[in-house]
Amino acid sequence: MTNEEKKCIAQFEIHHTQLLNQAGELVGPLPEFATSVDILLALYRTMVQTRTFDTKAIALQRTGKMGTYSSSLGQEAVATGIGSAMRFEDVLLPTYREYGAQFQRKVAMSEILRYWGGDERGMAYAEQPHDMPITVPIATHVPQCAGIAYAMKLRKEARVAICVLGDGATSKGDFYEGINVAGAWQLPMVVVVTNNHWAISVPREVQTHAQTLAQKAIAAGIPGEQVDGNDVIAMRHVISNAIEKARGGGGPTLVEAMTYRMHDHTTADDASRYREQAIVDEHKLLDPIDRLRKYLIANHGWDDAKEQMLLEACAAEVEEAVNSYLATPPAPPETMFDHLYETLPDALQSQRDEVEQLGKLKKGGDHNG
Amino acid sequence: MAEITIIEAVNLAMARALENNPDVLVFGEDVGVNGGVFRATEGLQKRYGADRVLDTPLAETLIAGMAIGMASQGLRPVAEIQFMGFIYPTIEQMICHATRLRNRTRGRITCPMVLRAPYGGGIHAPEHHSESTEAIFAHMPGLRVVIPSSPLRAYGLLLAAIQDPDPVVFLEPKRIYRMMKQEVPDDGEALPLDVCFQLRDGSDVTLVTWGAMTHETLQAAEQLEAEGISCDVIDVATIKPLDMETILNSVAKTGRCVIVHEAARTCGVGAEIAAQLAEHGLLSLFAPVLRVTGYDTIMPMFKLENDYMPSTERIITAVKKTLEEA
Repeated sequence: MTNEEKKCIAQFEIHHTQLLNQAGELVGPLPEFATSVDILLALYRTMVQTRTFDTKAIALQRTGKMGTYSSSLGQEAVATGIGSAMRFEDVLLPTYREYGAQFQRKVAMSEILRYWGGDERGMAYAEQPHDMPITVPIATHVPQCAGIAYAMKLRKEARVAICVLGDGATSKGDFYEGINVAGAWQLPMVVVVTNNHWAISVPREVQTHAQTLAQKAIAAGIPGEQVDGNDVIAMRHVISNAIEKARGGGGPTLVEAMTYRMHDHTTADDASRYREQAIVDEHKLLDPIDRLRKYLIANHGWDDAKEQMLLEACAAEVEEAVNSYLATPPAPPETMFDHLYETLPDALQSQRDEVEQLGKLKKGGDHNG
Repeated sequence: MAEITIIEAVNLAMARALENNPDVLVFGEDVGVNGGVFRATEGLQKRYGADRVLDTPLAETLIAGMAIGMASQGLRPVAEIQFMGFIYPTIEQMICHATRLRNRTRGRITCPMVLRAPYGGGIHAPEHHSESTEAIFAHMPGLRVVIPSSPLRAYGLLLAAIQDPDPVVFLEPKRIYRMMKQEVPDDGEALPLDVCFQLRDGSDVTLVTWGAMTHETLQAAEQLEAEGISCDVIDVATIKPLDMETILNSVAKTGRCVIVHEAARTCGVGAEIAAQLAEHGLLSLFAPVLRVTGYDTIMPMFKLENDYMPSTERIITAVKKTLEEA
């Protein structure tokens, strides 16, 4: 039997949204929020702030002042769009390049630095009570997102859980298990796949034969769509629609945000081993910050003086965070026991005492030396 | 008051928790209408509703991950894995997240969840349905691993696990699910975690065990009593963290110790107990600590499972061997 002779029982389409092209020209209907200059400037500011932070964080690692760091260079619009589309009471489950969203959700720059500086206190988020910390094991937070969304639904709260992962993560079973139950139970959650084309050294086309990653939603019975992830207006628009749909009881959405990882996977990686600089240069033309800047210059009187002021303000903010990070002494060693359980079991007390004792000796030694 | 079995006590504890605390949820594969393949959740969905007693998709990573997500929001999820042989997809969620969430966030987010699973052999089940791999979980910092061995302890320890502010893996010895009955008052009273239970007082040898093996161990103690050998029998109950104080006190009294567990010997929890006896109780010992355990083989399919699992005879032989020493 040929396909023509078989009956078609289901058909699916994947849609792509772009509102600003790479020249910063409007190519689609302007969403209502984007008529507000304040909102556009806030989006622009967060992207610039993130890039300033990123550049400094890489420098800290390179000069031995911080551990391995994962850069969000070139991907700023994705996290910025997500963060600006969320309400504070929503829950974000980030992976490790969503600084732009975290900063909007009151995670301090100094906390992110502390985290990559090897200190658990960098996940305590003093001003952010309920967002999950950065998730390193790939896609493991998608099932957790479903659990959080279920809690919201059970309690009839008007809240949404938003999980962000990479293109490589869509190859994992956890991803499918999570989006599958999101569909089965119509959970208030949004899963954002940041397609930056690379899972460390493995390119997107080696990862899967699927034409888009958004279409992976189809198997889970949930809507999937693609958005230009370097277009922050489209990003905020698409994510906002998905979040508000979920909030209103309309169920989950999978969004594939198309962007490009401009830096190495982390500071411990060397992307020149596996990708041509020419390809990276091509993607530089799609830069999310340049794009919105062009739009702001053409439509909202943005100029060099304002740009300079913004850059200086961001640099000062980052500098303050760096100073706070560098001035934070390590936690006393015995505190490695202090958040293991609510109350330390008796069985562990002698180990804690040993570490405390050794810590005191070491401290004494340091003073003497 | 009617006497009930371990499986009925597990059911009773979950019903009590669901009744007393609206944050408690019970979920897993086939736990809803079907009431669980062992009937642990029988009738719970009907009584407490399908939004609190739920059938999940067939996905164990998901079950553990959702429990973590729910617990992070202050719910008290009680998730069932149908058999311990299918618990392995949950390991990443448990070791990377459930055990670490409090630590990673310095107490900002916690994970008060229970992961229940029937474990152990001896019921002529198909391949992969007879595992005793509790040591895998006992190795995880930040976790509690609790194993009841009677209806009273099943009820009291499961309530304690659900009330505990940290993640608990609760392993139910399925071979003795229906072996014995006890009167269990449904009073909502939890038993203490992190402590051993003394099942029998004796003076010659300390027998340390948990789960279904308490049955063979108590039988051995009874037969040895007839021969004039008096055994202290300790049910460890919480194998992580370990209550070594009770075990050390007993060994200080008897000077001899035999550890009995169904799991494979190497790196089993018995190895940790023996190591701690060597560190802290060596001078009280009159004889080497012996272990009667499953062998370091794959758990055989059921034709040979009784040859794998410690028998009363093997326990008696080991006890007598420790008594041969001065």
